[in-house]
Amino acid sequence: MKRSLFLSVALLLFMAASTIFAAPPADPLGVVTIKPGEPIHIAYWFVTAGSDSTLGIDTKRGVEIAIDDIKGTLLGHKIKFDGQDTGCNAEGGQAAATKLASDPTIVAAVGSNCSSEAKPGAPILWNAGIPTVSPSNTAPYLTDPKRGPSYDGYLRTAHNDKVQGAVAADFAFKNLKAKKAATIHDGSVYAEQLANVFAETFKKNGGTIVAQEAVAPTDTDMKPVLTKIATAKPEFIYYPIFVAAAGHITRQVKEVSGLEKVALMSADGAFSVDFYKAAGESAVGMYHSSPDFEAFGKVYEDFIQKHIKKYGEKTLAPFHAHAYDAANMIFKAIEKVAKKEKDGTLYIGRKALRDALYATKGMKGITGNVNCNEFGDCADPRIAVYKTSAENIKTLVMPKKSFWKPY
Amino acid sequence: MPTKFQRWKESITATDIVMWLIGFALLIFIIMGSILTLRAGRYTPVQWFDFVIYGLAQGSIYALVAMGYTLVYGVLRMINFAHSEVFMSGPFTAYFVAAYFSRSSLLESHPVICLIVVFIVSMSVSTLIAFLLERIAYRPLRNAPRLIPLITAIGASFTLMYLFRGLYGTGFQAYPVWEIFSGKLPIFEGFAIGKIQIFVIFAAALVMVTLYLFIQRTRIGKAVRSVSEDKEAASLMGVDIDKTISITFIIGGAAAGAAGVLYALVFKQVFFMMGFIPGIKAFTAAVLGGIGNIPGAMLGGLLLGLLESIGPALFLDGFDIAAPYQLKDAIAFLVLVLVLIFRPTGLLGERLAVKKA
Repeated sequence: MKRSLFLSVALLLFMAASTIFAAPPADPLGVVTIKPGEPIHIAYWFVTAGSDSTLGIDTKRGVEIAIDDIKGTLLGHKIKFDGQDTGCNAEGGQAAATKLASDPTIVAAVGSNCSSEAKPGAPILWNAGIPTVSPSNTAPYLTDPKRGPSYDGYLRTAHNDKVQGAVAADFAFKNLKAKKAATIHDGSVYAEQLANVFAETFKKNGGTIVAQEAVAPTDTDMKPVLTKIATAKPEFIYYPIFVAAAGHITRQVKEVSGLEKVALMSADGAFSVDFYKAAGESAVGMYHSSPDFEAFGKVYEDFIQKHIKKYGEKTLAPFHAHAYDAANMIFKAIEKVAKKEKDGTLYIGRKALRDALYATKGMKGITGNVNCNEFGDCADPRIAVYKTSAENIKTLVMPKKSFWKPY
Repeated sequence: MPTKFQRWKESITATDIVMWLIGFALLIFIIMGSILTLRAGRYTPVQWFDFVIYGLAQGSIYALVAMGYTLVYGVLRMINFAHSEVFMSGPFTAYFVAAYFSRSSLLESHPVICLIVVFIVSMSVSTLIAFLLERIAYRPLRNAPRLIPLITAIGASFTLMYLFRGLYGTGFQAYPVWEIFSGKLPIFEGFAIGKIQIFVIFAAALVMVTLYLFIQRTRIGKAVRSVSEDKEAASLMGVDIDKTISITFIIGGAAAGAAGVLYALVFKQVFFMMGFIPGIKAFTAAVLGGIGNIPGAMLGGLLLGLLESIGPALFLDGFDIAAPYQLKDAIAFLVLVLVLIFRPTGLLGERLAVKKA
């Protein structure tokens, strides 16, 4: 008994020693060793099932096209791409991040989709030394200077909602000449912060916020809360929430007396074909803020062609291009920091990879110039306002031309 | 010889007193909030009327679904958690029929016929699912300990939910709009009821009254009542227990199928998890009214719908609580707690038939 214990301790020591000696680039957070023939493992944590799955599938396809564009290999190693479903809520994000964190082969992650997932999830991943780049988290909190060191491994190619909420408020006040607005959020990090930014900017412009309400994401009967809002007589309702609840509000708002003529606006979280299916013809004439696809230019056209060829349909949600850029950011950073042995073995330092990601400057992406600041905001935020037409609803195709731009 | 009062005094415990104190605190909170809100005068009578109508429409749907829970509880003493999927399966299947009508413009030319067909499809599917559910998942376990059918019910619920997810996909589907139901019917001086709300309230009332009379007045209904009273005695009297239990599930399924179409007509969206929340609410309504009690389920459903619709505005607005509608479930369940503190068997008591072995 004693002898076997001694032997196993000795063996462990030997193994530990051998890994230390075999890995020349020392890294404070550890080094991922990829032997010849082994793949470079990049994981996603997206919402790929349930009611918000279009968002996750859309971004997952963006990464897959990025992998296709480098023919599936990086530095002579195949890329392995798999991941976990996050469910667009904090619990799902935490569970998915915990599963990814337990896999030591993962070099970097792409995700999450919903900001509520990233809040508990990103620190778990970074605790395991895995940096993550999100293509669609937009809540300001995540890249706030006060977010704390547990988010050091977190970056995003999506725009910060400080920009998106302000664009919506400017649009309502300057273009629609609305003076009284109401907001509705659903208690999620994304919606609440977006509604707050909107309210602040709208007030700064000189408008009044007459009601700030909230619903639960699973609510179906919105008429009582809308009746309450109607008592304040708003000209404009801003509800930056997700597909299910946004669909119910859009459907029911015209049935509430006093709100027949109110202008409706939502944000990129409900700017998808799924929302059109849920809201039906009641969505005609409403506005959405979303990344400006016209600003993306020629490269984006090629991307769309590849997407149609590969998946047989058009894009489903607004963040595929951001996912493509996020993947390329990771590839570039790996190329920069990976040390290659003669036999093809790769060593990737975790801290070094994180620093390389943060050092991304002037990368030409589909969404514009990707420049990361010290808190992980990498986007080149160009937000436009889109208006839904009867044609869009009938054919279930997202509007191509933007309705209004702040620049 | 102790008086009645003395005996009562001896029987109360510290727990009782604490419960009563909690109950009274909540009651005072609710009354205070209502007075403050009404004095602030933020809502017009028309708006209060709208709240009531929305609450009644939502409540009658809860009541229909709650009947399914209560009937099954009455005969089997089990909570059929898969009932929320029975509720989802009908309207989700009928959606495809409705969408076909909408595309072929049959909906515009013959709206009433289309509506009847949609109801028939939905109710048949829900009935079939409820029947098979009992036959496959519950009957083999009828004499097992009580926890086992409960776990089976939860398993059946998930199985059905994900079966329909596999069949029809994860997305939301928008129900077509019946033009005859859009718009409002003016009553007088600004008071108006949406046509769809009128239809929902009346259709639900019709289904409930029919089912109630069926249980109370027919031979089959008598068999259902006798089984719920005493299974052994009923079988000795020549009642076919298996058949009667199947019939109970069929009645509950038909009510759920009708409720599902009404739900889809009001909220105009269906998807595979649509049954979960209304299912929980309807179960709550059944407990609120007294589980096993059919009029209780109706009362509980209507009350829950009204509480959700009026509660946040009436109880919380007076205290200037921000975004009170986020708390509507909290209010509904708080009232449930209150009712159960003062009347542990629900508002109308927990019995399908009056006597029980």
